[in-house]
Amino acid sequence: MSVKIALAGNPNSGKTTLFNALTGSNQFVGNWPGVTVEKKEGKLRGYKDVTITDLPGIYSLSPYTLEEVVARNYLVNERPDVILNIIDGTNIERNLYLTTQLAELGIPVVVAVNMMDAVNKSGDEIDFHALKKTLGCEVTAISALKGTGIKETAEKAVSEARRKSFTAVHKFSDEIEAVIDEITAQIDGKIPEEQKRFYAVKLFERDEKILNSMTDIPDVSDIIASAEESMGDDSESIITNERYNYIASIISSCCKKKNKNKLTVSDKIDKIVTNRWLALPIFAAVMVIVYYVSVTTIGTWATDWVNDCLFGDEINFFGASLPGIPALIGGALEALGTAEWLNGLIIDGIVAGVGAVLGFVPQMLVLFIFLAFLEACGYMARIAFIMDRIFRKFGLSGKSFIPMLIGTGCGVPGIMASRTIENDRDRKMTIMTTTFIPCGAKLPIIALIAGALFNGAWWVAPSAYFVGIGAIIVSGIMLKKTRMFSGDPAPFVMELPAYHMPTVGNVLRSMWERGWSFIKKAGTIILLSTIVLWFLQGFGVENGSFGMVEDLNNSILAVIGGIIAPIFAPLGWGDWRSAVATVTGLIAKENVVGTFGILYGFAEIAEDGAEVWGTLALNYTALSAYSFLIFNLLCAPCFAAMGAIKREMNNAKWTCFAIGYQCVFAYAVAMCVYQFGNLFTAGAFRIGTVFAVLVLIAFIYLLLRPYKESKMLKIKSKSLQIQRRYEK
Amino acid sequence: MRTLKEAKIGETVKVLRINGEGATKRRIMDMGITKGAEIYIRKVAPLGDPVEVTVRGYELSLRRADAEIIEIE
Repeated sequence: MSVKIALAGNPNSGKTTLFNALTGSNQFVGNWPGVTVEKKEGKLRGYKDVTITDLPGIYSLSPYTLEEVVARNYLVNERPDVILNIIDGTNIERNLYLTTQLAELGIPVVVAVNMMDAVNKSGDEIDFHALKKTLGCEVTAISALKGTGIKETAEKAVSEARRKSFTAVHKFSDEIEAVIDEITAQIDGKIPEEQKRFYAVKLFERDEKILNSMTDIPDVSDIIASAEESMGDDSESIITNERYNYIASIISSCCKKKNKNKLTVSDKIDKIVTNRWLALPIFAAVMVIVYYVSVTTIGTWATDWVNDCLFGDEINFFGASLPGIPALIGGALEALGTAEWLNGLIIDGIVAGVGAVLGFVPQMLVLFIFLAFLEACGYMARIAFIMDRIFRKFGLSGKSFIPMLIGTGCGVPGIMASRTIENDRDRKMTIMTTTFIPCGAKLPIIALIAGALFNGAWWVAPSAYFVGIGAIIVSGIMLKKTRMFSGDPAPFVMELPAYHMPTVGNVLRSMWERGWSFIKKAGTIILLSTIVLWFLQGFGVENGSFGMVEDLNNSILAVIGGIIAPIFAPLGWGDWRSAVATVTGLIAKENVVGTFGILYGFAEIAEDGAEVWGTLALNYTALSAYSFLIFNLLCAPCFAAMGAIKREMNNAKWTCFAIGYQCVFAYAVAMCVYQFGNLFTAGAFRIGTVFAVLVLIAFIYLLLRPYKESKMLKIKSKSLQIQRRYEK
Repeated sequence: MRTLKEAKIGETVKVLRINGEGATKRRIMDMGITKGAEIYIRKVAPLGDPVEVTVRGYELSLRRADAEIIEIE
């Protein structure tokens, strides 16, 4: 008999640790239907036919957050055989709130009280016998961290699954029970017996998402209205109140708290860490360490080693010198005597592409260790707490700080760091804006432009950072008001979990999961686009026939550059060389400099392109060069970062929207700079100026238009209905 | 009428009612701030917002703007 177990619980209840302990390495990661929330499933250790689905961490089954809707759609449609509800033993009261909702679904529930080691240590007592009796379901004591009680819990869940149905035993106040009975009578015969209470309560709460999924809805508005009248509150709040009243009544009989007012270790840590005066310096220190280790030192050394040695010329290993992978494969191909184009494809296309993917991994893994640690120990929630005031104005989360900080080093791990943001809207916004910050690879472009046109003026580089920060702020405010983002409510009511030391195993596992998902999901797009661009760069018509070309000037890319160049004319740099340099910048931004070198006839060129400064100064004006700089800083990032965007958006439409937005935004800003610059310095009023004025007006409108936060979650409950039809 | 927004650090207050409707109200109540619940105002973030409170034995942070809909005794 195959059994489906759903693992449900609050965030920070140790759910992921338990899931890992139950399934071991036997996990598969997918997506919940129709949404970008990650879905994890696994087989229970030692049982071939028992599947565990890890539901998103939730506090309630309300219709207002994406995670909650996803979780309850699964529970209502798929009807797992048993729900394994993990609750935090140190925080029973709030955790049981979800339990009372799960118990109403009519699915057997097994409650696993986690963190028993911490409960015992603090001297608190939980009467499991009484708890089991009052909740009417199996209750076990576990410590997911220490691995105690897990096997017994799994066995209980499997045996409970055989019961098939379950009826909640908890009762609210008589007044409310009478109302629920009245509604239950109305849906009699339309809903399976064991699910009646769930639907009756949802009908009473006027839960639109559940109402929409029902066919034949009885009219109970009079019943609700009279209950609301007599209890002086709205129906949703009445139920919430009743649940907490019920929990408070059982807590006093099942749990004994010792030392109620004594400060715990966690409290003491928090007193310092989020202290009014110390919080910001401590935060800055933590960020410096994260940045220093993962961007300045270890992370970059590791990444440079992969790029310059493993996928570069030679590997230096304790004095011994080995050829790098390209040389190794090149040698092998030469020995085989393969065709030149094939060598090119393999070395410059595929090997370079794989190198581009793997080159980011070491740095990313270093960063992911930090992120996993910060999340698991509880500090990440404090970061949101400390930084919320600044970031929320731009539709971002306090946690957006880390992606942006890392983004100054490299946008790829920066984007991947956005995973720590739970709120869907904040996360998407962060993914879209992180690469506006100039990353390390954009610095050579800045040096090139500053050197060639501005005599190396000191202000060019800082201005690039200001443009980046400005772009984030402006985009945040504009996007927040668009239909795509304003749809979902995002109240910032966040738990600050107790601090605790994470286990090495969990940190490493989280690091590896994220790193691997980058290689898998972002890798393909990076590899593919590198190969395509290799082809466009390396092939063309030379000496009257199509084939591999020696000179980039004859390549297909040059032809394409010529075709697309006029698009950039309003930006002041409509020549094909600039267009080609911009396109090659998509492989890696520093390529822009190298491409100018090649196009102006230099084979080798310094990092800041000093050789072409003179030529560049002839072809550009200060304004057009600055506009070129702005466009290249803000437009679509390199392929690797686009791959990361795709990975994190987890959705093709959103990926295209993000990259499209970046390009359009970059174009609009560069055009405004060039056109208005010309107007003010040379008094040149042209057709382009008119467009720039229109764009500026549009910007101002988008920034200032009124905005109201939505109160309802707008995601479609389509999957819900399809599933139901299928069941019939 | 006094709201949680006006409560001082270090104070313990009792919730009278939650005003408003929809997602924010439900979320606040889901997290345990319901009629009769006791809230201890622990601290304010370094930049003045949000606030950290203890409710039902755990730590919760919420913005002042949202705290305004919570009426206290």
